[in-house]
Amino acid sequence: MTTSDMTNNASGFTKKLHIDKHISGRFNEELEQVRNLVMNMGALVEQQVNDGLRAVLNADEKLAAKVIERDREVNTMELEIDEYCTQILARRQPAASDLRLIVSVIKSITDLERMGDEAVKFGRNAIKLAKGSFAEEEGARPLIELKHLGNHVSNTLNRALTAYAQMDVIEAIEIIKNDSIIDEEFDNISRLLVTKMMENPREIKNALRVTWCARALERIGDHTTNLCEYIVYLVEGKDVRHSTIEQIKASISK
Amino acid sequence: MTAITLAKQEQVNKTAKNDLSQTNLSEIELTQTVGNIYADDAKMSIRNANVYYGDKKAIDNISLDIAKNQVTALIGPSGCGKSTFLRCLNRMNDTIDICNITGQFTLDDEDIYAKNLDPVLLRARVGMVFQKPNPFPKSIYDNVAYGARIHGLINNKAELDEIVETSLQKAGLFNEVKDRLNDPGTGLSGGQQQRLCIARTIAVSPEVILMDEPASALDPIATAIIEELIDELKDKYTIAIVTHSMQQAARVSQHTAYFHMGKLVEMGKTEDIFTRPSHKLTENYITGRFG
Repeated sequence: MTTSDMTNNASGFTKKLHIDKHISGRFNEELEQVRNLVMNMGALVEQQVNDGLRAVLNADEKLAAKVIERDREVNTMELEIDEYCTQILARRQPAASDLRLIVSVIKSITDLERMGDEAVKFGRNAIKLAKGSFAEEEGARPLIELKHLGNHVSNTLNRALTAYAQMDVIEAIEIIKNDSIIDEEFDNISRLLVTKMMENPREIKNALRVTWCARALERIGDHTTNLCEYIVYLVEGKDVRHSTIEQIKASISK
Repeated sequence: MTAITLAKQEQVNKTAKNDLSQTNLSEIELTQTVGNIYADDAKMSIRNANVYYGDKKAIDNISLDIAKNQVTALIGPSGCGKSTFLRCLNRMNDTIDICNITGQFTLDDEDIYAKNLDPVLLRARVGMVFQKPNPFPKSIYDNVAYGARIHGLINNKAELDEIVETSLQKAGLFNEVKDRLNDPGTGLSGGQQQRLCIARTIAVSPEVILMDEPASALDPIATAIIEELIDELKDKYTIAIVTHSMQQAARVSQHTAYFHMGKLVEMGKTEDIFTRPSHKLTENYITGRFG
């Protein structure tokens, strides 16, 4: 998500949650600031995921090192937002939608930080893979599959962050629904890699590395789903974790 | 229904339900109370209550239950009618000539506005604690003993001593005043005076205790002691409390009713009202928004 996207989306979030409607102008600013911090963290994590993936697919050691290095920024942001939310809880004692906003932000940044950790796994595996020989003609298919899964996950993450910025519940539910597709793709790629390993035991090490990358993508998909569940909680006040898509739809139409 | 029409339908529902940005807040209509006004075990039930001060309608068709042995908090902005409503529950408004009350008010299914019911006896069953501690200009002992004496609840001095001591104990004040029971009640600190007033209320063995901003004139420690006391008292008494402090309502009550301009906007479990209120007006009030 680019900076201009975030600015455009700012009004969606602010309007829907009415964070500009408090009697205390300072409180409005504080909540607006929380929003900005989370969206910035989201943008950084998205970049980390995309760069990490690119590092693996292009065997780009330099980029991989950068992703690993930049994870510190993600961690710092998590701490910063956590502290900011703690301050708001202590000083404002938010209630109702404001309380849900702070609670879901605290949860969201944990998921974002973990996505950041998964991106680091790409970086580490990219460096090891670059020294391996998996990019050869016959072994290329796993990487093509990985790219396919990666694009899908990256796209989903982008949609989730946009939905977050706009507090778009319909889109959030759509994304939750589609998580099973990511899981299926992960199963496919795992099956493919197991076959490769059986065919050529010398490639087991590299095949495992690709498996770990695929696994990281699958986890990022799960964290993305969590973000979407927080959107539903924030807007609707309904906790839809561990629910089926039918249960989610039923609970919000009440 | 296909996924797309379902999604569209959800969009429509959502716009209607949640998207406040589409609505001008001042235009929000107050038609019916949302939430649940009924209690499984109601100590008091109020149905279609209307209160007029002269021509001015202060309470507009309010119905709710006060649940037995629980704390019900009445919240809302100044002038919303919550104190007026509370005062109807032990007929404190009877003393105001221009006040006209209609509707049904029952205590254990008994009409509290029945012609043959003595309001003085009612007020012994439904006691009240006020915002400003108002001990009588008498000794601590006599303050607590007063109600028991006028209601003729005692036969001898020993019984009275017993009532004074247990009431002060229940109000959490006994240990602080046991050596100076004959000192004037007005010499106590604000928090102690308020607990003295609670002891005085308890002394006549009420069934319901009404509290009108009982801690708003107290410091945080005295407030915490009163809140702790409310929590203990609810095991024996039914409590209705009016408070301007939303955190206090959230801390002490099991049910919360939100009043706005003489109407009951929303009532429900406290845990729901403060995390996911259903009505926009409730939301605006408890989150400190315009509206």
